[in-house]
Amino acid sequence: MALSTSFRSNLIKPLTALTALSSTQHLRRPFSSSVDDSTALTIETSVPFVGHKCEPPSRNVETTSKELLGFFHDMALMRRMEIASDSLYKSKLIRGFCHLYDGQEAVAVGMEAAITKKDCIITAYRDHCIYLGRGGTLVECFSELMGRQAGCSKGKGGSMHFYKKDSGFYGGHGIVGAQVPLGCGLAFAQKYSKDETVTFAMYGDGAANQGQLFEALNMAALLDLPAIFVCENNHYGMGTAEWRAAKSPSYYKRGDYVPGLKVDGMDAFAVKQACRFAKEHALKNGPIILEMDTYRYHGHSMSDPGSTYRTRDEISGVRQERDPIERIRKLILSHELSTEAELKNIEKKIRSEVDDAIAQAKESSMPDPSELFTNVYVKGFGIEVAGADRKEVRGVLP
Amino acid sequence: MAAIFQGIGAAAALPSTEKFHSQSRRFVSGSLFVVRSDGRPSLGSSPRSRGAQHLITNAVAAKADASATSTASKPGHELLLFEALREGLEEEMDRDPRVCVMGEDVGHYGGSYKVTKGLATKYGDLRVLDTPIAENSFTGMGIGAAMTGLRPIIEGMNMGFLLLAFNQISNNCGMLHYTSGGQFKIPVVIRGPGGVGRQLGAEHSQRLESYFQSIPGIQMVACSTPYNAKGLMKAAIRSENPVILFEHVLLYNLKERIPDEEYVLSLEEAEMVRPGEHVTILTYSRMRYHVMQAAKTLVNKGYDPEVIDIRSLKPFDLYTIGNSVKKTHRVLIVEECMRTGGIGASLTAAITENFIDYLDAPIVCLSSQDVPTPYAGTLEEWTVVQPAQIVTAVEQLCQ
Repeated sequence: MALSTSFRSNLIKPLTALTALSSTQHLRRPFSSSVDDSTALTIETSVPFVGHKCEPPSRNVETTSKELLGFFHDMALMRRMEIASDSLYKSKLIRGFCHLYDGQEAVAVGMEAAITKKDCIITAYRDHCIYLGRGGTLVECFSELMGRQAGCSKGKGGSMHFYKKDSGFYGGHGIVGAQVPLGCGLAFAQKYSKDETVTFAMYGDGAANQGQLFEALNMAALLDLPAIFVCENNHYGMGTAEWRAAKSPSYYKRGDYVPGLKVDGMDAFAVKQACRFAKEHALKNGPIILEMDTYRYHGHSMSDPGSTYRTRDEISGVRQERDPIERIRKLILSHELSTEAELKNIEKKIRSEVDDAIAQAKESSMPDPSELFTNVYVKGFGIEVAGADRKEVRGVLP
Repeated sequence: MAAIFQGIGAAAALPSTEKFHSQSRRFVSGSLFVVRSDGRPSLGSSPRSRGAQHLITNAVAAKADASATSTASKPGHELLLFEALREGLEEEMDRDPRVCVMGEDVGHYGGSYKVTKGLATKYGDLRVLDTPIAENSFTGMGIGAAMTGLRPIIEGMNMGFLLLAFNQISNNCGMLHYTSGGQFKIPVVIRGPGGVGRQLGAEHSQRLESYFQSIPGIQMVACSTPYNAKGLMKAAIRSENPVILFEHVLLYNLKERIPDEEYVLSLEEAEMVRPGEHVTILTYSRMRYHVMQAAKTLVNKGYDPEVIDIRSLKPFDLYTIGNSVKKTHRVLIVEECMRTGGIGASLTAAITENFIDYLDAPIVCLSSQDVPTPYAGTLEEWTVVQPAQIVTAVEQLCQ
């Protein structure tokens, strides 16, 4: 079908900008394996931003070599964690639903680089890497995935319910689109308390067709809430391609009266620039939509092979042309901040870090049976709860 | 013959030959005249003997610890139920700056039932927020705000509209405290009028307590008098759990004298409306008044019903209910929910499980018919339980 082939070829746009790196302060330094290096650099994003009712920010992103190396490390860690979760799922240590984020790491990492922990992030069920980016540890991740006590939600939430209140990560939600009004609420509270912080309410191209999204956009625009709506457009809503689900694929324009920006979500620096721009905008002018053009290598979840609605060529094509980690690797090498061997070393360390975390998580115990009844209410009433046969009292609701 | 007695001393003035018919008498609340179920007056007995047979003909409960006399002696002030709700709301908003209100027409319009009248001018447009007609998202917004520490009160203009927000209430409001391992508290109050009104039509006469009752993690309370409306509103706002406060469209204009001093009721307690010996009648919200009307007839016929307004719909106050069942051994539940899957159905199950040994007869549950509420007045009357049906049920139960 003509429509689908042109659609597919759009996903594999070559990265033209790598050959045209413009660095105004390009310092030729011998490679340094010290991560404390803070040489200033300017990187050009892969493609220019496209704005809707707003002036898009510049393509040139200020960064430091430390940040560049940090991006590589963080994304490689996220990638390894997701791959490890894949094998854990296949060995039935992780059950239920498991939605993997590999391919989309640039969004999580770029966003973190532009904001503070006081800003709030709320997302849907593809939340493992964002949790990691917000300061979660690998052990907490794997323990939660395996349903152990050491998990971030004490094993009671699972893959779709990662939360970290002290770093402003509000989850972790299973119902498509329901997190967007919650995000509006977070922004409302920020405006109420005059915090000068913003909320990033993330959703996917599938959720972009939910009515509550438009309700939330209306309210956020009406009340001038510091809410940034981030559409992670990986072009497939579960098993349905975006052109089959949405009449208008320009998710950044869907806000109508709300300005929008289309961003290459596979380029961590573009994401960083866009988020920084969005934060400034939201604090002054109210909501803005960011559409992150990204891609997921895995299927929708572990029960979806991911190849029935797209070709393997497409997946490998994107991996070859637009992989976010490869992009950073090439940048590091071309700026001579490190060598191939060094980077491989980092990846090897990450691999063993992840393996250690998995081993530690496996040792963590399953939650105590009494945990079934904890945290149902904040304050309990001493209600007795009984087992299924109602004959013996199992515990008291705390 | 109407006679008004004050205090027990007056009872001695009655000639002993006079026969007391079981006519309705008008008594001031807190009076201590005791009439036994066989019609003979019991002179000189103390009010607390034999199970304290106070006859209280107005529907207002007297609190068990003798504050019935204290409210009579303290001036208090009279107001309507919606004003009581507003008073409770205003006191809590004064007390805690994190308390805010959001809903349709709550701000400038003052609330479609005037519960929030004047609050927007006092607290500002952000704190008393007029939302667009988007229940799903403004409920979600309130819950998101609560996750950060604000204490929103989300008003549904009619409880039935909250069906649109069911996902937010069930999944986010009820479950977030659990799925986050205790990290997030959701101290919201979701309130609004529900119940069958005067020919409002099927979609505006819904009783949502039966739909919400299964959601783990939420509390449900139903107010029925100005006194408990204010107390429950304050308690709900102060509670760290999400609370759904059910009001009733037809009860907003009830007038009562409530205390001047501040008071907060317990969310999990039931209210003893009328102590009795023969049968326990459990009810809540508007049906309380139908029950009390039936109780007058029943008393005239010689029955002595114990009427309890359960108030707390989730969790049930099985302590008060249990004590009553152990005393009377017969239970009648009168509710406005549908027969299928209503509050009465759950309450029947709970009582049967816990107190089967104390029951002399099967529990009778009178509920609304399983039909959409019709518009025609006569049909609408037949969908809800009427006092005559309550009387018949008690008579059959006490055979």
